[in-house]
Amino acid sequence: MKKPVFPVHDIGMAVAMEDYIIEMLNITKEFPGVVANDNITLRLKRGEIHALLGENGAGKSTLMSILFGLYQADKGEIRKNGEVVRINNPNDANNLGIGMVHQHFKLVEIFTVLENIILGVEPAKAGFLQKSKARERVLKLSEQYGLKVDPDAVIEKISVGMQQRVEILKMLYRDNEILIFDEPTAVLTPQEIDELMEIMRGFKREGKSILFITHKLNEIMAVADRCTVLRKGKCVGTVDIDKTSKEELSRMMVGRAVSFRVEKKEAEPGDVVLSVRNVTVLSKTHKKYAVKDVSFDVRAGEIVCIAGIDGNGQTEFISALTGLEKISSGKITLCGVDISKASIRKRSKAGMSHIPEDRQKYGLVLDYTLEENLVLQRYWQLEFQKNGFIKSNAVRSYAGKLIKQYDVRSGQGPITVVRSMSGGNQQKAIVAREMDKKHELLVAVQPTRGLDVGAIEYIHKQLVAGRDAQKAVLLVSFELDEVMDLSDRILVMYEGEIVGELDPKTTTVQELGLYMSGAKRSTVKEF
Amino acid sequence: MPEKKNTTKKVFNLESVLKSKGFSAFMAALFAIFLGLIFGFIVMTVASPANSLPGFRTVLLGGFRRLGDVFYFATPILMTGLSVGFAFKMGLFNIGASGQYTMGMFFALYVGFMLKPADGIHWLICVLAGFLGGLLWGLIPGVFKALLNVNEVITSIMTNYIGMYLVDMLIQSNGAMYVPSKTRTAYLPQSAQLPPLGVDNSSVNISIFIAIFIAVILYIILNKTVFGYELKATGYNRFASQYAGMSGKRNIIITMAVAGALSGLGGAFAILAPSTIPGSSMTYEPINIIAANGFNGIAVALLGNSSPIGIIFSALFISHIQRGGTLASLFGYKPEIIDIVISVIIYFSAFSMLMKSILDRIVKKRREMRTKDHAETGGKDDPDADNPARALDNDKKGVN
Repeated sequence: MKKPVFPVHDIGMAVAMEDYIIEMLNITKEFPGVVANDNITLRLKRGEIHALLGENGAGKSTLMSILFGLYQADKGEIRKNGEVVRINNPNDANNLGIGMVHQHFKLVEIFTVLENIILGVEPAKAGFLQKSKARERVLKLSEQYGLKVDPDAVIEKISVGMQQRVEILKMLYRDNEILIFDEPTAVLTPQEIDELMEIMRGFKREGKSILFITHKLNEIMAVADRCTVLRKGKCVGTVDIDKTSKEELSRMMVGRAVSFRVEKKEAEPGDVVLSVRNVTVLSKTHKKYAVKDVSFDVRAGEIVCIAGIDGNGQTEFISALTGLEKISSGKITLCGVDISKASIRKRSKAGMSHIPEDRQKYGLVLDYTLEENLVLQRYWQLEFQKNGFIKSNAVRSYAGKLIKQYDVRSGQGPITVVRSMSGGNQQKAIVAREMDKKHELLVAVQPTRGLDVGAIEYIHKQLVAGRDAQKAVLLVSFELDEVMDLSDRILVMYEGEIVGELDPKTTTVQELGLYMSGAKRSTVKEF
Repeated sequence: MPEKKNTTKKVFNLESVLKSKGFSAFMAALFAIFLGLIFGFIVMTVASPANSLPGFRTVLLGGFRRLGDVFYFATPILMTGLSVGFAFKMGLFNIGASGQYTMGMFFALYVGFMLKPADGIHWLICVLAGFLGGLLWGLIPGVFKALLNVNEVITSIMTNYIGMYLVDMLIQSNGAMYVPSKTRTAYLPQSAQLPPLGVDNSSVNISIFIAIFIAVILYIILNKTVFGYELKATGYNRFASQYAGMSGKRNIIITMAVAGALSGLGGAFAILAPSTIPGSSMTYEPINIIAANGFNGIAVALLGNSSPIGIIFSALFISHIQRGGTLASLFGYKPEIIDIVISVIIYFSAFSMLMKSILDRIVKKRREMRTKDHAETGGKDDPDADNPARALDNDKKGVN
């Protein structure tokens, strides 16, 4: 492991020596006020799986958008098979055999799998669709690469993992040989992730070349051949995976050593802070229950995690718990106060802090300044207002204190418009606000989603610090590592029910995965 | 504050000035006006080439010859502009300013004719009645929106018609107010008319000062108070305001009531203005027409970027152009031409974002020139700030 790990990218060296299918040479892309890509060179060998690693805002998405024709580079060139090409739009990219699976799928929900796959390249005769031919081809492809799909299933009815396969089939149907995967594992269960890895290896065997954007180091180590690391718009280097380690990669990505283990001492649970009894929530989209008869307790000084695959009622449950939606039956008690029907403000006063799942939709007023956002839960308190007038000095100094204490970085300090801040710092601002507010229960939903390793480490530390200060923490997370590392108890939610309570110290990721996919359930403590 | 942080020494820093929100909105408005005027000139040239130059000059400068009238006509649209702009701040589109305006006018008229309090305070009570009338008429869409989630645009369009027909009916059936032979209201008693400012041949009166004062009050409410904080937060992001425990329903009702009251004041100010001919007064003709000043308020609010201070200036500007336009008829231009010019200005003001991006590009070019000339000096800004690529990245991750 003593090999040099920061190889300088070798512009000007003999290019033709290696068989590169795509070369992005010296790409520079500037947006008003920022250089998103600064002289980045990325070379994709034929038939390799090439990971692209970097923090949020490092320029991964911009670089891939340039390759896929969504942006044009200011400087630099793209070569395919050694020849310079111009990619002005996604159609050009498609014609060059470049396909992309976006992080958020681009599927027509009410169409069938087959209809989605052929969308845009429909085989037609005199204006009439020739679906049977297409179906044959799709079935052949799905067999060839082990992508099991039902061509006649409607997209909105199938699982996320299945939808992803449809996206992949879309690329294959268009004969793409260069496949870009943008954070493909974010929405998958551990089992599905393993399957995807196998599928990617299959592509490699068939000679396709893969670009794999991610910030999950385990997956890179498992599947990639080489990895290019970006940091703050610059290329840090390209390394061979078998000559590097997770630690090296994370150091390249963040610029410093990062600890992966969450350091925490034994939990010392105290009194029950939150007690949920037989809570049922009606679904908004269909007539069924989104949350069915959920009961559990959270004590002071422990982190309880609700694990599960996205869409199994967690969002609805949290909405009901925090007061954004109504519960249809059941009882919620916080610090001895019945808050089943209380307003959001009352719940907040009773001691609930809430780091919402969608920070930009719920957590922040993006067009407000940082200081205005930092008092979003407290502006009405006497500390910040007198006779209906905001005490701007008090707000300013309070914001200054939080910014310093929680290291929230921004261009202009308290008066920065939050929209201009990076995602990590936006989240830090929310964490600062919710942690500093007087509270007994912290509800944190996906607190690290979309954040880079450095920020994740930071937020985990804060959650553990809250726990150690004898606060109750209720965490909802879809990230298995986070669930396993952070929580003191795990509740698994499947189709709106708690199907198991696990101890992270004695359970395995595989077992957790079985619970999450509904394959296994155990009797949960009766209340 | 932003100026301080970003200024690199000596060079005039266009960038930092442009970064301030108010300035760019102001510049965008100026650009809008400029382009609108060019287009207006083209329209006038097409309509009558020979007269276009003197005619256009009159449109531009004619208002200065009638300053009193500029202020007089600015008052009602300033009020309706504030009304629309205030509701905009909360994300509500108060298209019902016309109905509220008409209601306010009727209440003011009613008190003017039917009550006979002491002379000194008669007009004041009329104004307050107008305030109340508009408030009630604004309350209706507010209550419907808050409690039944009925779109305020639909309700307020309906209240425009209901208000107008109701007022016309009430006036026509009231012998003390209506003169059937002239199809208009009778002359208001002198005591009910607003104190004039003493400009010859002009109805300009004390209400322009009241209107400007109200604009300043609104500015303070929006920017310094808890209510303003909640109102703007709701306007920017109603989900976040809900999450923060703000009472959206209450705020919607209050906002619409205030917006209605502002329009109502506009109507009162218009009808209570003193006449230049002694013994007469302003009159209202119940001829089933929805008050145009309500819709002009939308234009005023747009051009003023919904800011109370901006709206003062946009109301004055639009009034100025309208006065000039009236005078342009001396050169044979129809008032409709002027309406077209004003419409064009409003149309272009919708492009204010485009104008701003053009300005940004100019700034960027300047900066590039500068960095080419001099070697890089001075500290760099925090890379996290103003980072659209990052924001974009986050946006992508934020969805779903």
